[in-house]
Amino acid sequence: MQKLFTRLFPILLVLLLAGFVQAKTMKLAMDADPVSLDPHMQLSGGMLQYSHMVFDPLVRWTKETSIEGRLAEKWERKDEKTVRFFLKKGVKFHSGNELTAADVIWTVKRLKDSVDFKGIFEQFEIPVQVDKYTVDIITKVPYPLLINTATYIFPMDSQFYSGTDAKGTDKGVINKTGYSFANDNASGTGKYTVVERQQGVKVVFKEFKGYWDEASPGNVEEIVLTPIKNDATRVAALLSGDVDFIMPVPPQDMDRIEKASNVKLVTMSGTRIITLQLNQQRVEAFKNEKVRQAIVYAINNAGIAKKLMKGRATVGGQNSPNGYLGYNADLTPRYDLKKAKQLMKDAGYEKGFEISMIAPNNRYVNDEKIAEAAASMLGKIGIKVNLKTMPKAQYWDKFDEQVADVQMIGWHSDTEDTGNFFEFLLMCPNKETGYGQYNSGHYCNAEVDALTLAVQSETDDVKRTAMLKKMEKIAYDEAAFVPLHWQDLSWAGKTNLQIAPIVNVMNFPYFGDLVIE
Amino acid sequence: MIAFMIRRITQALIVIIIISIIGFAIKQSVGDPLRELMGISVSMEEREEFREKLGLNDPWYVQYGRFLGNAVKGDLGTSMFYKRPATEVILEKAPATLELVFVSSLIIIFLSVPLGIFSAIKPNSLLSRLLMGGSIVGVSIPVFLTAIMMVYVFSIKLGWLPSYGRGEVVMIGGWGTGLLTVDGWKHIIMPSIALSSIMLPLFIRLIRSEMMEVLESEYIKYAWAKGINKKRVWFVHAFKNTLLPVITVGGVQLGVTIAFTILTETVFQWQGLGFMFMEAVERSDAPLLVAYLMFVGIVMVGVNTIVDMIYGLVNPTVRIAGVK
Repeated sequence: MQKLFTRLFPILLVLLLAGFVQAKTMKLAMDADPVSLDPHMQLSGGMLQYSHMVFDPLVRWTKETSIEGRLAEKWERKDEKTVRFFLKKGVKFHSGNELTAADVIWTVKRLKDSVDFKGIFEQFEIPVQVDKYTVDIITKVPYPLLINTATYIFPMDSQFYSGTDAKGTDKGVINKTGYSFANDNASGTGKYTVVERQQGVKVVFKEFKGYWDEASPGNVEEIVLTPIKNDATRVAALLSGDVDFIMPVPPQDMDRIEKASNVKLVTMSGTRIITLQLNQQRVEAFKNEKVRQAIVYAINNAGIAKKLMKGRATVGGQNSPNGYLGYNADLTPRYDLKKAKQLMKDAGYEKGFEISMIAPNNRYVNDEKIAEAAASMLGKIGIKVNLKTMPKAQYWDKFDEQVADVQMIGWHSDTEDTGNFFEFLLMCPNKETGYGQYNSGHYCNAEVDALTLAVQSETDDVKRTAMLKKMEKIAYDEAAFVPLHWQDLSWAGKTNLQIAPIVNVMNFPYFGDLVIE
Repeated sequence: MIAFMIRRITQALIVIIIISIIGFAIKQSVGDPLRELMGISVSMEEREEFREKLGLNDPWYVQYGRFLGNAVKGDLGTSMFYKRPATEVILEKAPATLELVFVSSLIIIFLSVPLGIFSAIKPNSLLSRLLMGGSIVGVSIPVFLTAIMMVYVFSIKLGWLPSYGRGEVVMIGGWGTGLLTVDGWKHIIMPSIALSSIMLPLFIRLIRSEMMEVLESEYIKYAWAKGINKKRVWFVHAFKNTLLPVITVGGVQLGVTIAFTILTETVFQWQGLGFMFMEAVERSDAPLLVAYLMFVGIVMVGVNTIVDMIYGLVNPTVRIAGVK
């Protein structure tokens, strides 16, 4: 042992010194690490976060929810179905290949093959090359969300992913459950390359020397990502200085982080709406608009946002957060217990009734407490609620089976557009078209359906905005669901990290632009 | 001896088959693995197609038959999350847990034996009373609370010890060890103390009470009467006989220790089997779950076999009974 130690000591010393030399290393702790190196393997926040580090999108969302060009220098709409993208010249992939229009075309083709992404790219045709650095992205029908969707196009190195690997399989293949070349190897245009990866243990990202974006202020040369699943451990790691940045920040520890002197908390209003759905097929009373309104009036969502969420949520009266096209400023939160009681009386349910309710207990911020609060508020208008909460691993099966009369669901629009809420949560459920997939309330209104379909191909923004606002208004008036709040997004890090400039509503901090003082 | 081994191996096989059946039967209720594998906006149709492809729509006994067929060939299935064979994942994670259990066992053995003997020999001294009182407190505090309190004091307040992970790991063959670096030892201190915090008080009490009983027995009185040296009576004659029940309990408790690694590893983000198991439950990664249960089953049976053999060495009466 002694001998071994004396032999190892010089090595240790060298490692220690090396640690001092490479100054700009950020130790990042998230609740999970990327499940694969293949950006098309899974559509999830974690994978998109990874994509922003190792790949670069054509365009991306800014902090103000507008769109800025990345690999696309500029773009212009040619007609209702076509947008022409002009790529930056001289952008290099990690393999050394140059980014061209062919890579964009190859990537969109692959997205259309990916189980998770094909839904988003359903409306897309295979893009057409104009010249080496110009590409036309075309949709089957006029599609107003083409640019929003282009935030999901992270061009992949088509040469790198073509051909067969040592095992004789196609390098481009997408495999969710077993080995694939792309699951273990990556070549993008992003600021970082993956130099070391032990799944579930850590991922080490190193700065790519040939990175195109020289205008970026970012100065982080190395990122060591450690997944720390346990909330308390993740916070402890930050407070003890073992890591520099954590996300997500558990809400129960936010006050503590704010008070600590060596770390800071950064929050911004989010776009994920938390709602309750009232199942009209299971409960006769929910078919009655007055009963649904009574429930909306009975639930003090402003109180939930203020007390339960400690002000770290924005109370909502509709799906769309402020900033979305469909956000309708007239649709304010409703809470009026007297009115709720009166509505119950008018509907003939003065004596109330008994219902069941389910909610997850580890999916949304404070989900269990919110459900408990809502249940007790409904008790005040005579509705007795039998609440059951469960972990998310079990919850979504129960949600799909619609085992309860009231079910909680939070939704974030993938396209940052109002229409998405309606397509998934409020259109009449239809197995064939797939619309209303998460509409466990069975709210069904032909006008809302028609409008939702119409906005999908309305490229005139003014008309489109009016339609989206109308949709929100109908859902509000008919109390189609119970809106609670949009939960805030939050991040925490050491004080020498300039976090605020790199965060956005999509919850993908752009680490490439991070400055460490 | 050979008959004993054959009997043990047959028993082990039966235990493992039962464990795998239970594992398979419950895997239906741990949740839908597709939730973790696919994005939320994937259509029902796509999900159904994928489920069919994975064979998740077959009745569980059909799936079990398929699993057994592969298991005979040494293939316990592919982890859905790691996308690698489950046995490979388990073998990669096992060193972390084994090292943690090993260091905790050292702490338990080297503290419980002297402290147990001391409090048996001098039951009225202040230290003994403190130990007895303290051990009740120690047994009653849950492992995760001990762990979190230690993190709070030693990592956040004092900043002496790292709060999570294994630190620097050196690869020797396929075994990633943290015991060869200073950093690795720093990381293992708190998890191993947390893990031993449940067993240590138990063993101190066990050794004390057994020892006190032995000290009352006839042959010890005879030894005193013969005027044998005090130390020889305590440490050779009395202590040897104290060990018998301690070994039996120790073997059984090793299983409990493995169960507690799940809690300890979760709090300290210790990349071992317990942590892997928790994650597999959350991800509904059924192949990995079943493989883990079988692995733990094998370890338990193995440990108990070794304990029985050691027992034979320490206590000749068992051997004699076996020969008959």
